[in-house]
Amino acid sequence: MGEAYKTVMMKPHDKVAVALEPIPAGAEVSVVCEDRSFHITLSDPIEFGHKFAVVAIRQGEDILKYGEVIGVATREIGPGEHVHIHNLEGKRGRGDRLGEAR
Amino acid sequence: MAKPDSGKFWGYRRPDGRVGVRNHVLILPTITCATQAARQITELVQGTVSFIHQHGCAQVGVDYEQTFRTYAGMGANPNVYGVVVLGLGCETHQARSVAGEIAKTGKPVEVVSIQDHGGTLLAIAQGAKIAARMVQDASILQRELCDFSELIVGTECGGSDACSGLSANPAVGVVSDLIVDHGGTSILAETTELIGAEHLLAERAVDEKVAKRVYEVIKAMEDRAFLMGVDIRTGNPSPGNIKGGLSSLEEKSLGAANKAGSRPLQELIDYAQTPSKKGLVWMDTPGHDIEQLTGMVAGGAQVVLFTTGRGTPTGSPIAPVIKIATNSAIFAKMEDNIDVNAGTIIDGTESIQAVGRRLFEEVAQVASGKLTKAEILKQHDFGIWRIGPTF
Repeated sequence: MGEAYKTVMMKPHDKVAVALEPIPAGAEVSVVCEDRSFHITLSDPIEFGHKFAVVAIRQGEDILKYGEVIGVATREIGPGEHVHIHNLEGKRGRGDRLGEAR
Repeated sequence: MAKPDSGKFWGYRRPDGRVGVRNHVLILPTITCATQAARQITELVQGTVSFIHQHGCAQVGVDYEQTFRTYAGMGANPNVYGVVVLGLGCETHQARSVAGEIAKTGKPVEVVSIQDHGGTLLAIAQGAKIAARMVQDASILQRELCDFSELIVGTECGGSDACSGLSANPAVGVVSDLIVDHGGTSILAETTELIGAEHLLAERAVDEKVAKRVYEVIKAMEDRAFLMGVDIRTGNPSPGNIKGGLSSLEEKSLGAANKAGSRPLQELIDYAQTPSKKGLVWMDTPGHDIEQLTGMVAGGAQVVLFTTGRGTPTGSPIAPVIKIATNSAIFAKMEDNIDVNAGTIIDGTESIQAVGRRLFEEVAQVASGKLTKAEILKQHDFGIWRIGPTF
């Protein structure tokens, strides 16, 4: 491939990086954040502004961006997978969860 | 007029010592029944502004007080030279009470009531006559050189995308710090969109009391969602936010909090309340763009910085709103609405610091009279955060 895609990862322990241009599935991307670097093959196409996992994330695990929790993984997410509302769920303000066993 | 030095602007000194960046005559309808007549006065008399709303009657308790504070704050804002308060007559929010509050600033205020003046046509004639005289008096006022320590700048993000937290919001954070360092005030708002980022702001609170308030207002906002038994995600992030790449409220919040820069949090104020401290101040508002904009302007903000990734026309009748694009594509697509492009940060051609610096100079220009796109397009939005039902 050889093409360098523009991405950004905010903090070294984040689980996701953001695509700064549309990136097709199958593309190989390099993500660097401070002392950490990741070489990932994207399994999904990633639109501008959307996120992909830089590491494997377990179901139920907190997902970090900006070094902070942005939600929880609702299923296993592999490196290079699109991370969005289909596999990430916010934890706050969830009035719909009241009454459920916690 | 000479370009002011950095950290200075040309403003209008008001009788209470505060400084306006605009010189409007406001036709202020205290009840929805008077909004049409108010709009007609603005069509007759150049130099006047007004706003449409649906409130002013059958309100009680804290909801009444919040609406009252919003009306009075709009009139008291130093961007307003004088006010014609236009009432119907029988409403809960009496025009005379609102006028009395505004009169404390020493600016010209007069009351017209549709019922007392014999109906719509005579009230419009009476209001227009008073307004015309005020506009003429306002027109001879000269701008004078003022310091940024006299500025209250509101910050806001609306139509956010994944770039908001990477480009425009951090750049606004740089401006916020510069304004605070020059002795001015920067308002952070949007309590809903700080859920999940509150701990970062509480750490920066000047004392325990302010830190405690941070958690209290966040809890109150989160409890509203619990009380309604709704998933807050059905409203926030919005469908446009989600399309832009934001997945959760927490993610949106962490991006939004960047607008607050890095200076200490001095106080937490109620909706439409005027800050009592200089520096970084948090106003408790909802995430709704128009409602938070109205709250900050009613609280005395003379200028508003508004970042957007999806593009929005939002403006205020009395405060210039500087619109900042988070990415270059939306700036190119909506240049009619957007003043400044921070997408250069995403493009890699400009640093966050450099855009912040550029924005700071834009604030000085706009405060000195440069019109924003929202002003040119007469985007006069107004909306009150209602916290109780109407009876």
